Amino acid sequence: MSKAVPASGGSRSLDRLLPLLLLPVALIALGPVLRLLLEGIGFGSGFTTDHLTSVLARPSTATALRHSLITAGGGTLLSVLIGAGFAFLVALSDIRGKGALVFCLMIPMMIPPQITALAWMQMAGPSSTILKMLGLAPPLGSPQPLHSAGGIILLLGIQHASLVFLTLRAGLRMIPAELVEAARMSGAGPLRVWAQTVLPLSMPSLIAGGAMAFVTALGNFGIPAMLGIPAGYATLPTLIYQRLVGMGPSVLSEVAVLSLLIGAVAICGVLLSRLVLKRQGFGLVGLSGAPLALSLGRARLPVEIAMWVFIFAILALPLLALLATSLIPAYGVPLTFDTATFNAWIEVLFVQPVTRRAYANSLFLAITAAAILLAICLPLAWLMERRAYRVSKLLDALIDLPYALPGVVLSIACILTFINLPFTDLTLYGTIWIILMAYLARFFVVMLRPIQASIAQLDPAMEEAAASVGARLGRRLRDIVLPLAAPSAAAGAILVFLTAVNELTVSALLWSSGTETLGVVIYNLEDSGETVMASALAMSIVCLIIALMGLVQAGARRFPKGVIPWQS
Amino acid sequence: MAELTFTDLSKTFGGTPALDAINAQIASGEFVALLGPSGCGKTTLLRLTAGFEHPSAGEIRIGGETVAGAGRFVSPEDREIGIVFQSYALWPHKSVFDNVAYPLEVRRIPRAARQARVAEALSLTGLGAFADRMPSQLSGGQRQRVALARCLVFEPRAVLLDEPLANLDLALRASMQDVFRMFHRRTGATMLYVTHDQSEALALADRVAVMKAGKIRQFAAPEILYREPADCFVAGFVGDGAVVSARITGRADHAGLMLNVLGQDVVSRSADPEPSHVSIRPESITLADDAPLRARVTSCTYLGGRFRLELDTAGETLVAFSCQRAAIGETVGVRLHDLWAFRDPEGDVVLQKALADA
Repeated sequence: MSKAVPASGGSRSLDRLLPLLLLPVALIALGPVLRLLLEGIGFGSGFTTDHLTSVLARPSTATALRHSLITAGGGTLLSVLIGAGFAFLVALSDIRGKGALVFCLMIPMMIPPQITALAWMQMAGPSSTILKMLGLAPPLGSPQPLHSAGGIILLLGIQHASLVFLTLRAGLRMIPAELVEAARMSGAGPLRVWAQTVLPLSMPSLIAGGAMAFVTALGNFGIPAMLGIPAGYATLPTLIYQRLVGMGPSVLSEVAVLSLLIGAVAICGVLLSRLVLKRQGFGLVGLSGAPLALSLGRARLPVEIAMWVFIFAILALPLLALLATSLIPAYGVPLTFDTATFNAWIEVLFVQPVTRRAYANSLFLAITAAAILLAICLPLAWLMERRAYRVSKLLDALIDLPYALPGVVLSIACILTFINLPFTDLTLYGTIWIILMAYLARFFVVMLRPIQASIAQLDPAMEEAAASVGARLGRRLRDIVLPLAAPSAAAGAILVFLTAVNELTVSALLWSSGTETLGVVIYNLEDSGETVMASALAMSIVCLIIALMGLVQAGARRFPKGVIPWQS
Repeated sequence: MAELTFTDLSKTFGGTPALDAINAQIASGEFVALLGPSGCGKTTLLRLTAGFEHPSAGEIRIGGETVAGAGRFVSPEDREIGIVFQSYALWPHKSVFDNVAYPLEVRRIPRAARQARVAEALSLTGLGAFADRMPSQLSGGQRQRVALARCLVFEPRAVLLDEPLANLDLALRASMQDVFRMFHRRTGATMLYVTHDQSEALALADRVAVMKAGKIRQFAAPEILYREPADCFVAGFVGDGAVVSARITGRADHAGLMLNVLGQDVVSRSADPEPSHVSIRPESITLADDAPLRARVTSCTYLGGRFRLELDTAGETLVAFSCQRAAIGETVGVRLHDLWAFRDPEGDVVLQKALADA
């Protein structure tokens, strides 16, 4: 016989303590965004809309806004074309090697934009090592064709095509196979089925994917920074960067308005897509599941070849060009068996203090962010799933915000929040901790969602069984929930690590001497003409990313559905 | 082992009552089945007993100690009650041995004693050879045994079983029933067994609580439920047969009451002086060509060894057993004997409503 424990005992108190977790989470994740909103209306220096009107009336603002809309819009169009083309072919047709194709299409999404830009720049222009090898390089002095609005649009389109692809493929999988079969029974050929049945039904996911691509392209900093700044073509994120780097924290309120402007445009884009979706919506009845496999007939081989050639052109060629540049002794020297050298690799990995420090900083930031988020998200996800308070539901709805907002917006928000810690004279600005804080806020949801997914799939009886045999809440979380959610938590941690280790947008605004991240150093090396070293560093990061992606892929079967972003 | 007592126990979910003033006592070492259609509150009663839900009103006592009610709530981990879930709820990341050892681990039993007790529990459930397997490598019946061993190993005060056979195929159900019976005999545990399958309940339990709409309609031994149902619902839900309305025509003598049933005068057993209905089990019907009550055969099903006939007479459907096949539409004579009469005012309402709707 056991002694009865009154209501205040053991697990009850832990049950009461856990909700306190919501407070720091809400503060770190949502505090900065709230602070930014307040800044727009002149918080701190009296409520005023002076900043708002003066900044918005400036011609540079209008130009940057126009450039942002042009590049993001054009990029989105390209993303939709590429992503939808691949999604329809992969989800509907009988082409072979779909897994490998999808994995390759996802790599551009995981490679940081500044590396994409750097790689593409090595493929074009007069100094391109790979063009020189082939004897195709344009004469010296001719312009780099990618340093233009067109170049930015091209790279944005490729970078975000996978977003459209993933959303659309998920949508296509929801279409009941019976609908297609019914259309075919009515005598429609594959092309007619696609145009009259599949396309209208998949329109909502196509629009949703397009909206995601637009918002992401709007906030992209790496590509317009690498391609636009040399050409004097400023978008809103690069304008903010240039103002803040040039003038320092004195222009904070001004750039706050600019970042609010980006946020507003992004939200308009999302709302517009929601509006269209609402008018397009229809319920799908029937069993999804049986994957569609429309036969391409004799066209299959040519289509397969075309897809792989395309993948080769957008993925392998730029990376080969990057590799080629990283192996030459000095920029401009052609690559031959005699000139090839690993000097730049040795230099960036072992000699240069800046790059070594950047590796150390980025690894520290990525590992720390992943570890902290892991420790917070596991109990938090459990709390949200098993104890649905009103507060936790609200947090659940808002937690996407810091990740969905463009990185520049969050950076400005973080600077505003942490430049003076409330109630103290301390500042986090200029230290590595402000970057960490921003990473925690930004990647929260990247870690939370996979863990939430796996806890939601966990039979509550597992925990009840443990309770009935005497295990208290702490033990249950440790012995039952943790091991069962571990694979997803690991996947989430690797994703956070992957995204954080390459991050540029946030750290570009938050770094200072000594706290450079890999993204910042690649950008700075390229900016100061050290293209060869930048290429070597970028290439080493690409290898790290692909290895980590492969690791996650190898464990794919152990994760619940929807955890791995490139396997929806 | 301990007795379980429910006093005025009620539970509402968002205003909807799931349990309505349950009063029941389960003796130490008794095997009790909670039987009822889905949504009758039987699983809620089980979960309240386990401590996964808080009662809205009333009290639960285990072995004289109040575990819920009167301002007290003992959490599930402190109740010392074992539970076997419908889904078994084996921890997929632990081996069979580790699953069964976990309750002892939580209780900080020394390793040697732990191993001995786990081995004993596994051999009792016939799982000795499977200790190192993972749950995913076991069949449904074996998983059920692991869940049972996990319960048994920490010698709980009572064992709760939530539809434990629902996920098993028919053949396995019969053999698992034997396992439960053996388990109960060997451990003498107080057991509360939730099921919607009356044959399981009647076969296993010492007593069965028949539940409907959050209330216990009758709580008695299986043979009493069958021979002496308390109301129309129990008579219809438990066992085969028919319920028809009856009118009292004569005084009781030592054999019972004289009732008019389907136009015939029949002597019935009854506990109520003014019964309204009789339960007519198949065993109470003898087919005889010279019987005055005539009925038409509407269906004939071979059960192996005998036939089950459905008979239509004066708008009522009776069920009878016969040694010979009968032709559909054939008219047979029916003689009634050994009926059980009871009073159920709601039953009349139900009948009248059915007639009005028809």
